[in-house]
Amino acid sequence: MSPRRATSGGRIDRLRTIRFTFDGKAFTGHAGDTLASALLANGVTLFGRSFKYHRPRGVLTAGIDEPNALVTVLRGDAREPNVPATTVEIYDGLVAESQNRFPSLKWDVSAVNQLAGKLISAGFYYKTFMGPAIGPLKGTRFWMLCEHFIRRAAGLGRAGRAADPSRYERMNAFCDVLVVGSGPAGLMAAATAADKGARVIVAELDARLGGSANWSGEAIDGMPAAEWAAGLAEGLKSHPNIRVLPRTTVWGFYDGNTLAALERVTDHKEHPGKGEPRHRHWVIRTKKVVLATGAMERPLIFPGNDRPGVMLANAARRYANEFGVLAGSKVALFTNNDSAYHAAVALQKAGTSIAAIIDVRPNVSDAMRNLASDTGAQIHTGHAVVATEGSTALTGIKIQRFDSTNGVLSGESRTIQADCLLMSGGWSPTIHLASQAGAKARWDNELQAFLPPEPTQSWIGAGAFNGSFSTTEAIAEGHVAGLAAAGGKAAANDDLPVADAVAGDPAPAAVFEIRADGKGFVDFQHDVTAEDVRLAHREGFVSVEHLKRYTTLGMATDQGKISNIPGLAIMAAALGKPIPEVGTTRFRPPFAPVSVGSLAAERYGDIRPERLTPMHDWHVEHGATMYAAGLWHRPMIYGHAGETIEQAYVREARTTRETAGIVDVSTLGKIAVQGPDAAEFLDRVYTNMFSTLAVGKARYGLMLREDGIAMDDGTTWRLGKNDFLMTTTTANAGKVMQHLEYFLDMIWPDLKVTLTSVTDQWAGAAIGGPQARAILASCVKGTPVDNTALPFMGIVHGKIADVPVMVCRLSFSGEMAFEVYCGADYGTHVWQALIDAGKPFGLVPYGLEALGTMRIEKGHVTGAEIDGRTTARDLHLDWMLSTRKPFIGSAMMDRNGLASPDRLQLVGLLSLDNRPFNGGAHIEEELDEQNPHGSIGHITAACYSPALGRYIALALVNGGKARHGSRAFVSDPLRKRFGPVQIVSHHFYDPEGSRMHG
Amino acid sequence: MLITCPYCGPRDVSEFTYQGDGNRERPAPASQNLDAWNEYVYDRLNPAGDHNEVWQHSGGCRSHLKVVRNTLTHEISSVVFARGHVPHRSPTKRGSKA
Ligand SMILES: [Zn+2]
Repeated sequence: MSPRRATSGGRIDRLRTIRFTFDGKAFTGHAGDTLASALLANGVTLFGRSFKYHRPRGVLTAGIDEPNALVTVLRGDAREPNVPATTVEIYDGLVAESQNRFPSLKWDVSAVNQLAGKLISAGFYYKTFMGPAIGPLKGTRFWMLCEHFIRRAAGLGRAGRAADPSRYERMNAFCDVLVVGSGPAGLMAAATAADKGARVIVAELDARLGGSANWSGEAIDGMPAAEWAAGLAEGLKSHPNIRVLPRTTVWGFYDGNTLAALERVTDHKEHPGKGEPRHRHWVIRTKKVVLATGAMERPLIFPGNDRPGVMLANAARRYANEFGVLAGSKVALFTNNDSAYHAAVALQKAGTSIAAIIDVRPNVSDAMRNLASDTGAQIHTGHAVVATEGSTALTGIKIQRFDSTNGVLSGESRTIQADCLLMSGGWSPTIHLASQAGAKARWDNELQAFLPPEPTQSWIGAGAFNGSFSTTEAIAEGHVAGLAAAGGKAAANDDLPVADAVAGDPAPAAVFEIRADGKGFVDFQHDVTAEDVRLAHREGFVSVEHLKRYTTLGMATDQGKISNIPGLAIMAAALGKPIPEVGTTRFRPPFAPVSVGSLAAERYGDIRPERLTPMHDWHVEHGATMYAAGLWHRPMIYGHAGETIEQAYVREARTTRETAGIVDVSTLGKIAVQGPDAAEFLDRVYTNMFSTLAVGKARYGLMLREDGIAMDDGTTWRLGKNDFLMTTTTANAGKVMQHLEYFLDMIWPDLKVTLTSVTDQWAGAAIGGPQARAILASCVKGTPVDNTALPFMGIVHGKIADVPVMVCRLSFSGEMAFEVYCGADYGTHVWQALIDAGKPFGLVPYGLEALGTMRIEKGHVTGAEIDGRTTARDLHLDWMLSTRKPFIGSAMMDRNGLASPDRLQLVGLLSLDNRPFNGGAHIEEELDEQNPHGSIGHITAACYSPALGRYIALALVNGGKARHGSRAFVSDPLRKRFGPVQIVSHHFYDPEGSRMHG
Repeated sequence: MLITCPYCGPRDVSEFTYQGDGNRERPAPASQNLDAWNEYVYDRLNPAGDHNEVWQHSGGCRSHLKVVRNTLTHEISSVVFARGHVPHRSPTKRGSKA
């Protein structure tokens, strides 16, 4: 038997032995143990080193409020740091490490920080940053010197570098009543609400339902409380209206009764089940919430209260009753309230000898005196603990006479031998979720605790959460809350279970701190002492929020669950104000740490959807290098063996201009604009006229935003009197759709127009070059494609390889070119037919790079130039601005700032040093490589032009049009590219358009 | 936050796109009143309390909705289709000079 395992008792499975390792050493425990309970059972008392001073620390609590016993759990290469050992369920093969120690837990070199305590007291970081001159090392430079060492010494666990192999899930759930917590109050609320017909979800952060019933040692309805709770829990699990979520922490209470919860699905399993995620992120929308979250015990603040072996009294009660583990062999208790006496009874029953109970109160009730004498403990009323002895383990305590009305110590101190000191500083209801949900907590002077605020959302509290600390009260309040949540009312004769327990006084003495020599810790995890709080006060920090930030009190991973109230009390005492006047900080989500993986859930890696054109597989099979353009994947080049990217696109563009090329344009946004008012609608949307467009013709159109800035361009085809097919740029398809819908719904609801996105319904291929018409003529059936039947901007319908197609003669490349559209499912079929028809003519497929090259040569604009800052005039598209009608943006586009001649205007650039340009490079009038300045614009797109035989670019340059023919310099300091350029018209190639008009 | 789309029912806010202050009124298309245009394009109310907003159910039926949302509590007190609805006018807003 382990040295600290009681011979019987506890809700562990003693027949099942679990093997695990901690800091490389093998240990055993039982099924149902936490890492903390199993290590305590093995006699381990040292769990970690503290954050700042590297003081040895043991385990302080038995639950989620644990500030000290943080460990790193390892699974394969994955490391999860800063996990409270009190919340880790052990499983065979569990590997855990202690943290913040070097080289080992027992021998830690940084523990000398304790001796240099003055150096790193509250505000150390701030003071050092702005500190006084210390020789040549002043302020920031001194900080930089120290930072390396401090960062190494002060810190918590280390995150892993390996990718997290776990899978995470997100779930949405809806219910009538969400019960948070499954102690007696929560169990009763859930059962009552479900019996009333409500759909209920019960969330319990522990593995076992039952909460305090698992460790109170009380009897309910004549049976052990734990058995009563287990019976009720079984009933809930099989109830058709109830979903039970164990190991689930509700961590956020958001607007509209939306709560967030984290379910730890497989953290306790050696081998997760098939398909099981590690964590599940729940978003629960509920009509009512029952908050039955209980209360957390507070520590007392006195010198040495952080020594391993000092523990919260009711945590030790829980270890004894729930896990059959003894916190010590000879135990002393130090308390300001009655609950510690119940803990003494539990430990004594489990086999521990109780050395003494030190109570700050001058008098205690007869009931408590009887409990104490049953345990054989000596009671020292009106006394306080003033010191603890031992190094990495407790050996004894010093006590002294204490006046609880004024905090004065008197008389000689004396020593009591003990290897464990249990403390209780009263209870704080766990009101975090209620605080998140809105209003401010209210201070109860009798209970010395903040109680939940008046609900601002639809929740009902029950049990210790309300400050009702007895089990009988919890049962009754849970019943009432469950009924109320389900829309019922409690009757006076409701026959409710009753707990059999020695009634204690729920009110503690108003004592938070014993002021004696030595460090008394308030925030154990951030190493904030009572003296740090007073120092902050002396230095002028009066608000709780400032105190928090200056001392970092309550800002560690435990979020100050046990330290907030004592810290506040010490600040209030320093200010000479009552606690409620100093106030409390508002709790914010999350209540407990949340795995980032669970928030991302399935949306990890490249979380964007992929959009593939119908011809995608053909491109990949034919050697295309694919390129992600927004969500779309498009061919960049179809490279040949040994070709560079530049060689490939130059070949593709040159071949297109010499013979013919074909490119996949399926990604263009396509919107069917239909209805009797479709033409009128397009007149209002585009800057130019569409009502005058003949059926069977297409027109290039430009849209502005309301503020007069250019928004998008594209061709729109009139397929019938009331039937238009609008194309948009690939990137703006969604934005344009939303823009059009807004105007139809909000501004012009009288227009009879429908909009349908048909981007995915059409596959498109653009085929251009001197041989393009001949290729089409050889494969299109059912219609001629000559200049008469298919003039520039004309549309014909025919068939290619038996598939109906729509052909429009328009050109982006500047060549004689055609866009061929067919049903998306036939995209590859028609594409292959065009490729086959083009083979005798030397047709090549080309990608985005060649497409971009040819459009730069032609000076066509794209999203790089229509960048949300340029106007139609800036882009020399003013010829498209109709003066015969108003259109979106027409009223605002003539404002002074938008019409100024020295705006950035589109120009062409020629490289004068025969070197390539980069997009984003600046243009300057004078070259100053050391100190680049005086930018007059920037490059938007650049390429090598096979048509011109040189490197060219499009750029936006101040007053660009007036600079045609002048020289300037490209200045690209990041890429160290400087050199002379000539500013020219953006129409580099065939400015008359003779090639495309043919 | 849930928005109850009159067509689709209560849906998560992530299905919707915020389309701005619902108090704006667009001047007549041919209006040359730049002040009115300026107010429409740039001025936004930012009340602490009930606010008239436009949301599009972009991940659903794509309707535009007039939503009255309390900016302090996120409580939504009214949702109607925007189409055909007269714009809300707020007494704190400057009158349109269109
Ligand atoms: Zn909808």
